[in-house]
Amino acid sequence: MKTPVELKYSRDHEWVKIEGTRARVGITDYAQSQLGDVVFVEVPTVDSKIAVGASFSVVESVKAVSDIYAPIGGVIVEVNETLTDAPEIMNEDPYGEGWLVVIEIADPADLNQLLSSDEYEKLIAEGGH
Amino acid sequence: MAASKKTPLYETHLEYGGKIVEFGGWLLPVQYTGILEEHRAVREKAGLFDVSHMGEVLVKGPDAFAFVQKLVTNDVSRLANHKIQYTPMCYQDGGTVDDLLIYKQGEEEYLLVINAANIEKDWQWMQENKGGFHTELINLSDHTAQLALQGPLAQAILSQLTDVALENLEYYWFLPKVMVAGKETLVSRTGYTGEDGFEIYCRPEDAASLWNSIMTAGKSYGLLPAGLGCRDTLRFEACLPLYGHELSKEISPLEAGIGMFVKLDKGDFIGCAALAEQKKNGVKRKIVGFVITGRGIARPEYPVMAQGRCIGTVTTGTYSPSLDKNIGLALVEAEFAIIGQQFDIEIRGKKVAAQVIPKPFYRRKGK
Repeated sequence: MKTPVELKYSRDHEWVKIEGTRARVGITDYAQSQLGDVVFVEVPTVDSKIAVGASFSVVESVKAVSDIYAPIGGVIVEVNETLTDAPEIMNEDPYGEGWLVVIEIADPADLNQLLSSDEYEKLIAEGGH
Repeated sequence: MAASKKTPLYETHLEYGGKIVEFGGWLLPVQYTGILEEHRAVREKAGLFDVSHMGEVLVKGPDAFAFVQKLVTNDVSRLANHKIQYTPMCYQDGGTVDDLLIYKQGEEEYLLVINAANIEKDWQWMQENKGGFHTELINLSDHTAQLALQGPLAQAILSQLTDVALENLEYYWFLPKVMVAGKETLVSRTGYTGEDGFEIYCRPEDAASLWNSIMTAGKSYGLLPAGLGCRDTLRFEACLPLYGHELSKEISPLEAGIGMFVKLDKGDFIGCAALAEQKKNGVKRKIVGFVITGRGIARPEYPVMAQGRCIGTVTTGTYSPSLDKNIGLALVEAEFAIIGQQFDIEIRGKKVAAQVIPKPFYRRKGK
């Protein structure tokens, strides 16, 4: 299971990559492996505002429907539209082409709540909760 | 709540990388490598399932036939020796207790294969209705393991492990006492995937050895171990009803669209009067197949909306790997059960367009 050291992680299994005042967000390798084959992604709309912990997207595998929760608050400035037609990218390249949204960070303090790769690895080793 | 039960193949599933989930009181693999890959393997090559959780009840004695005939809706008198019949089993009001397979083992001996989650309930029901019938019921569920080898290459794979000419075994027939890889089994040409294939009943202590032998024999054929996840997508594409979804205490076989397994002319049976009434008056609700024409995946329990009101609910809905479409089955008011009918599925509060399409969604080619 990959957990790149340059990324931050939420307890809900999203990853966050800081890009200046913005953050790129996706689901972790662990999350995609738990979900199984992703067959549908309900992407949010650009310019929508999201609060920390709020559900902003839905990812469906063959068997399950899973909410994706915002690891940080802000405004969605970019959405990975490719996922609409090729949701399987989330399985194939969760940290790369499978990214979900880019958020303009409202409050950088949100980032302090996120986990390092070490802390996240520990979390999933304990069963993911 | 009782602890979940393990099949004799539990350790084997872990060895093969199975991802274990709890299902109907059993710990079973939902998938190994992935639902889509396993689904395609069964459609194109072959997949091996552990279905040891299924229940088996042996009915034997002079009144075995009369008892089974009273218990189920299908006409058991049509069964020849070593032939198998699919049938619903109903309550007096026409609701469904379970759906099962009947294996005729002899004039006074029938093996009933029932759903795992219904074993206790079915056993109770059979005991309650045994009345004056001179017959003995034996619950063999804990003494029987079962493997399902499904897919177009199933016969080629299994033939390597047995001297029996499987090509002579027709659909819905079985052979008792078949030696497979040195183990005594019962082999039937049945399954729950819409594909050709076999179900292999054996002693629990032989299950792991048989599993390994079949996997080895199937390796060069592309055989994959297959989990509950693809078992559901496969049976769903073939529109085979799943108890608790398309059939239930509240859903009669006529509503479920499997009226061909209800033989009202066979003489009295449990539920006969209610089902005859339903047939005469026409059912008020029907199971239909639909395709999502908007964007989204329908899931069980989602409301079906038309004319500004709820006209039914989704019973099964998912992405169909074979059709590459989001499709589903729903129980709707009969007037909306017409091919081409449009309605909406309410997905997380949003109405998404859907259209009624013919069933089954998938039908295998050839025999």
